[in-house]
Amino acid sequence: MNAVPPLMLFSVSPVAPELVLVGLGLLLVGIASFPKVPKLIMPSVTALGALVALMLLYTTSSGATSLMNMLVMDGYSRFFKTICLVALLLTVLISERYRTAVDMRHGEYYCLMIFAVVGMMVMISAVDLIMLYVGLELMALSVYCLVGLLKHDTRANEAALKYFLMGAFSSGFFLYGLTLIYGLTGTTQLSELAQRIALLDLSANYALLAGLGLVAVAFAFKVAAAPFHMWTPDVYEGAPTAVTAFMSVAPKAASFAVLGRVLMEGFPMMHDQWGPLLAVFALLSMAVGNIVAIAQTNIKRMLAYSSIAHAGYALLGILAGTAEGLSATMNYLLIYALMSLGAFAIIVHLSSRDGRGERLEDYKGLAQDNPLAALLMLLFMFSLTGIPPTAGFMGKLYLLIAIMNAGHLWLALGAVLFSAISAYYYLRLVRYMYMHEAKPAPRLVFSFGVAAALCVSVFGVAALGVVPSAVLAWAGQAMLGF
Amino acid sequence: MDFPLLSILIFFPVIGSAALLCVPRERPAAIKALALGISCVEFLLTLPIWLGFDKTTHLMQFVERRSWIPVWNVQYNLGIDGISVLFVLLAAFITVLCVLVSWSAITVKLKEFYVALLLLQGAMVGVFCALDFVLFYLFWEAMLIPMFLLIGVWGGPNRVYAAVKFFLYTLVGSLLMLVGILVLYFASGRTFDILVLAGQSYPITMQLFLFWAFFAAFAVKVPMWPVHTWLPDAHTEAPTAGSVVLAGILIKMGAYGFLRFSMPILPDATRMMMEPMIVLSLIGIVYGAMVCLSQTDVKRLIAYSSVSHMGFVTLGLFAMNTQGVEGGILQMINHGVVTGALFLGIGMVYERTHTRKIADYGGLASIMPKFSGFFLLFTMAAVGLPGTNGFVGEFLILLGGFGARPWAAVFAASGVILGAWYMLWLYQRVFFNQVNTAWSTLSDLNGREVMIMVPMALLILAIGFFPNILLSFMHVSVAHLLERVMGGSAAVAGITAGVNPFGG
Repeated sequence: MNAVPPLMLFSVSPVAPELVLVGLGLLLVGIASFPKVPKLIMPSVTALGALVALMLLYTTSSGATSLMNMLVMDGYSRFFKTICLVALLLTVLISERYRTAVDMRHGEYYCLMIFAVVGMMVMISAVDLIMLYVGLELMALSVYCLVGLLKHDTRANEAALKYFLMGAFSSGFFLYGLTLIYGLTGTTQLSELAQRIALLDLSANYALLAGLGLVAVAFAFKVAAAPFHMWTPDVYEGAPTAVTAFMSVAPKAASFAVLGRVLMEGFPMMHDQWGPLLAVFALLSMAVGNIVAIAQTNIKRMLAYSSIAHAGYALLGILAGTAEGLSATMNYLLIYALMSLGAFAIIVHLSSRDGRGERLEDYKGLAQDNPLAALLMLLFMFSLTGIPPTAGFMGKLYLLIAIMNAGHLWLALGAVLFSAISAYYYLRLVRYMYMHEAKPAPRLVFSFGVAAALCVSVFGVAALGVVPSAVLAWAGQAMLGF
Repeated sequence: MDFPLLSILIFFPVIGSAALLCVPRERPAAIKALALGISCVEFLLTLPIWLGFDKTTHLMQFVERRSWIPVWNVQYNLGIDGISVLFVLLAAFITVLCVLVSWSAITVKLKEFYVALLLLQGAMVGVFCALDFVLFYLFWEAMLIPMFLLIGVWGGPNRVYAAVKFFLYTLVGSLLMLVGILVLYFASGRTFDILVLAGQSYPITMQLFLFWAFFAAFAVKVPMWPVHTWLPDAHTEAPTAGSVVLAGILIKMGAYGFLRFSMPILPDATRMMMEPMIVLSLIGIVYGAMVCLSQTDVKRLIAYSSVSHMGFVTLGLFAMNTQGVEGGILQMINHGVVTGALFLGIGMVYERTHTRKIADYGGLASIMPKFSGFFLLFTMAAVGLPGTNGFVGEFLILLGGFGARPWAAVFAASGVILGAWYMLWLYQRVFFNQVNTAWSTLSDLNGREVMIMVPMALLILAIGFFPNILLSFMHVSVAHLLERVMGGSAAVAGITAGVNPFGG
């Protein structure tokens, strides 16, 4: 590292989006400390910041590195950062409606969300395991706080505590794994890691395998893949709904980005070892997620199990170990972000202080009083099931193509069978909305934010289902810069 | 062909349904009128196909080719040949009748009903026109959404159960087919083009695997025994329009799938699986007919008769000779018309009595003479009386079945006898016997209802006396298909040696 000229130590442009967000976060901390702030200042500033960060993301050149080669700005990170920033933007849009409904008036809300996203962006860009850990912790600590924000709500307390304990465990796993890997190879740089493993002929070394396994387990926790999914339903249920929406998408995408980069860049020659491990995680996730979701009566718990199942699908692309597989996963995560946030936007739209809109029962006869909300929910449910012409189908099709091209016919069969099972509980919601007698319910008016978030997600789910080429090409190209 | 006729046929109802969404909910008359207008225009749009279809070639016509998803080499390919053309026409025709028959039967969520019906129509036409496997799959699955809603929202008392059962059965089958499609995709060097796929040869073990993967999707849709159990529920619980679409078009797609995909793409496997398929068809024929005899619900009886009739269709297809296949295709159209007409009739009488129990009826012939006359004709067509279209189809199939496996024709013929038994017995119990006094004030068919029945009756007689109107569309394409399946010599022998009593 001594040869690096001082200017290169810290070049600003590759991390410009992160810097903008950090500045904004600090500014919001300042604003929040004033007693009387107009209601819409914080969300508008956050949304604006997310948009600026998105713009900066596309003005920096690819391949630039920063912070002593610990962070890289490439097509791959740009794709995942886009998912996280879109998730931030949509969450901010739906947050105001939710905060009004449950009277959650914490100034920290938006700062924490911004810092969480900065953490994710660092994770996504990190090509060094130490930097990766820094990003991971920044994200995790912010999200723990977000989950427990409603501190008088026992469910939120339980969720925050559970999430914190489990998250601490997984960080511990990651550090153990990191220690073993560093001890054997003497480096934390991903690109050097691959060379050292080849040079020292470590690919059959049990200690290195243990290290790799621990890292994989840590991120299996973070993406909520079975058998490390136990925290998910409780945390999703207890967290404020807007935070659940955010959690179901952004941390998951960031963790998948890490998983893909670490495994494909750091341990490519050990694919024979981590491939089957991830295959087990994937099959278990699809099985547990889709089967247990059938028994849920709370829609947030149901979507939690559904998110476990979707983590299973997304793992398929990574375990294929091919560029095609990874871009299939990227494509799927973007699509999943849109449909999941869309579904949560509807839940937020229906939410009230007494917890309405959280029980599946509350959706009975929704089509009678709120036909538009029901129609959109129907669209998201069919997309989550993977029925064409919605985006969910195209996402799954790409994953199936990738996994079968890598020769895993049985995994593909498993994936389609479990997604047939998933149809049952997604359809149950449709049944409730359209085929049950309505209880008298108020006709709700869409708030501006929720309407805007729904426009984005509906447009995405419909457009990516009918003309997926643009994003497919984008995800493919992102791989070239990898 | 520069004019994208098939795209227009597919997307006109979709755009129409979007227009329908804009009509205010408070104006039901306008909604119904617009829906009828859209379906009528769609029917008129099929006119160029009637007039411009070239019956002398097996090549695809009205072809459209565009790149769609270049990364996967997925194309937007549309085209029709002698096998698919009739179904496109039938889909357009049946939808008009469905709109008409729902005129007063559907009272709640009116707008959504017609939107779902039109979306369904667009997807159905798409299924028959698609020449790319992904495009086909897209339409094939997209159809599930409106059909699920049609059954589940506007259906009978047990509608939710029936809708979910229908959806899950079809979905599982389709997803297995999807895996099969992808296996084929990689085996063929990454193409989804159906015509290219059908021009290659694949190892026999792969063909057998694919045959059963496709079977999972198509057999559920037909439905063949033993995966038929969703059909009685779906048919019975669906609203009249839903039953008519199900019987008329949807279940034809399974048989069409065998014709378009299994047979030309997997010819060796198809030949090897000929006997199992014939046996399954025969079980369907006889079992379906016997179950009909014990039904107490009119709609359920007709539903089970569909199982039996579709057994005839698959028997004809897998007899794999000219008479069998042509009879099978013709019988698909016939069954769509006849069973569609029976469901329409039952829907009309249900609207008046709100009961489907056979035992509740009796003596309708003296109360509703016009209706009884029409229903008698439909019953006779279902039984296969000479002069009606049912006779032509069944006769060709029996002939083809005899040519392929003589014992098959013996069993199938017993299905014809059972068919006459249950249909005539049904007619007797509903229209003759003691008059149920509760119904003595029922009104006979009104003008709108007669307008629905007349074209059906005319079609039945027209096809019955002049089957060549339809058969002439398919001769060349069927010959070409059989050449592909049986190899050159066998097909030629089939054509020259086989006697076609209805001319060629």
